[in-house]
Amino acid sequence: MSLFDHLVIFPVLIPFFVAVALLFPGLSNSLSKQRVVSITANILMVVVAFSLLFKVEAQGIQVYALGDWSAPFGIVLVADLFSVLMVCLSAILGLAVTMYASAGEDKTGAFFHTLIMFQLMGINGAFLTGDAFNLFVFFEVLLIASYSLMIHGGGKQRTQANIHYVFLNLIGSSLFLFALGTLYGTLGTLNFADMADRIPLLSSNELLIAKSGALLLLAVFGLKAAMLPLHFWLPKAYSTTSTPVAALFAIMTKVGIYSIWRVHGVIFGDQAGELANIALPWLWPIALLTIAIGAIAVLASKSLRVLCSNLVIVSVGTLLVTISLNTVQATSAGIYYLLHSTIACAAMFLLAGLIQQQRGQAEDRFVAARAMPQAGILGFIFALLAIALIGMPPLSGFVGKALILQSVTNASEAMWVFPIILVGGLIALIALSRAGTSLFWRTNGENTSALKGHPLQYLAIGLLVVILPLMVIFGGPVSDYTQLAAEQLKAGLSLQQLNEVAK
Amino acid sequence: MELVYAVCVGFMSTCGIFLMLRGHTFTLVIGLTLLSYAVNLFLFASGGLTIGAPAVLSSSENYADPLPQALVLTAIVIGFAMTAFAVILAMRGRADLGSDHVDGIEPFDPLAEDKSQ
Repeated sequence: MSLFDHLVIFPVLIPFFVAVALLFPGLSNSLSKQRVVSITANILMVVVAFSLLFKVEAQGIQVYALGDWSAPFGIVLVADLFSVLMVCLSAILGLAVTMYASAGEDKTGAFFHTLIMFQLMGINGAFLTGDAFNLFVFFEVLLIASYSLMIHGGGKQRTQANIHYVFLNLIGSSLFLFALGTLYGTLGTLNFADMADRIPLLSSNELLIAKSGALLLLAVFGLKAAMLPLHFWLPKAYSTTSTPVAALFAIMTKVGIYSIWRVHGVIFGDQAGELANIALPWLWPIALLTIAIGAIAVLASKSLRVLCSNLVIVSVGTLLVTISLNTVQATSAGIYYLLHSTIACAAMFLLAGLIQQQRGQAEDRFVAARAMPQAGILGFIFALLAIALIGMPPLSGFVGKALILQSVTNASEAMWVFPIILVGGLIALIALSRAGTSLFWRTNGENTSALKGHPLQYLAIGLLVVILPLMVIFGGPVSDYTQLAAEQLKAGLSLQQLNEVAK
Repeated sequence: MELVYAVCVGFMSTCGIFLMLRGHTFTLVIGLTLLSYAVNLFLFASGGLTIGAPAVLSSSENYADPLPQALVLTAIVIGFAMTAFAVILAMRGRADLGSDHVDGIEPFDPLAEDKSQ
């Protein structure tokens, strides 16, 4: 066996080992060394993620049985087109965030780079795992890292937002375990492929118990994804935490969305017999309401970071719509939109950090303040990102939304989806134009004392921004890829197939 | 035995949820601890309750499902770490915000005001 055969586990192992290495005396007492190691590790992760992507594209699904214990007895990692794409996304985001933080924001507290690495390990693990309990473990890894990252740098507001975030998620974790216990009690397995095989065979008195377990899981994933009644923690948490952390958290809600897709879109999807698509009647209204409430909150936002947090909620709602449309076409469009919205929101959070830094006391609030020293370049990036987030041509937001609207074929569904998504876009247009004018044009005097942006910060934002036009220029290959990923996801994977691939 | 076990788990969850709804970090931590005890017992029972049987395959015919025990072990460790973090965070919140209410300030309570008059 060559090292290449173990590629699937590398996105989990690399951050783990780097995180531990950063704690050792040689590195822990020198921030500059930590930055070098951390950025190098992130570049390595991008390389590994993309080589895994090419491998999966060439050879099909990769299954990695840990300790060579075959499923369902052992735990497996499954790298299919969708999960590998998400790993690539988290690697790129991790690189941008680490570069941005290395310009100085990692100084405000201890162990920043270690925590980022643990967070990436949890995120990658959650994407790659093929086992529900292992998903819980990786959720906990990414959560405990995010608890400490969110409070990084300290401050009253952060402590307060963190109390809500931590306790809500702890309750969520308990419910997750209740759901897993319920499902294990009825199905006798927690391997995703094996669960999918056994759900159609459930006897009628077990159906109700399995159903309650599945819907409990929906609530748990919904809490992570910030879907409607469970989204109140998000704006405060994302807008008070430090800039790089907020940008990294742009992918955290997507972990919840990804899990809903895997569990409720596939395992309890079309092939689940009596329990087929049990989550859909709930998801459909919730998705539309999430967009509506998110859009109203966007209009009411008083600072750029709060506005951006609310845009995250709108994007979550849009993704839930593509899940509840439940076709290959919609799933493909959803995956494209997921890529776009994660990158655009993360870049906007990073930009908001720079704007906050250069506006002094006014921070990123929409009030008149002294002009920023680098207003030209910041304004240009803001305009680009605003175009992407609103969904105007020529950037990827437009393509994403067009694909989603195109995938709505049913007239009764179109009646709801079209107006809500389009009006949501219009509201984003109004809110972002107002934000841009008050941040860049309502100025009095020049702020000469403000700290200018570090080149690394601009490089980090540039790395994310440049992906948006690339997703349009290479729109053909990217949407072909998401189409294949959606077909693979929807086709599901039985235990037999899983074990054949593992051999 | 199943009935006693189920009632215990249910009672503990009820107490946990009641305490968590109180809105103060101290009661929240106690409530979370109770809920995580309840969930540990619940997970343990998810493989069925077997008496007097080992959890490993051996010469005897009877054996208990070993997986829930492994799950519970993991859940205990994780729950323990999370509770420790929650306690520290609660103390930090009390120090930073000057109140142990989860919102940082005591909400307006009309009954309390009536008493003072």
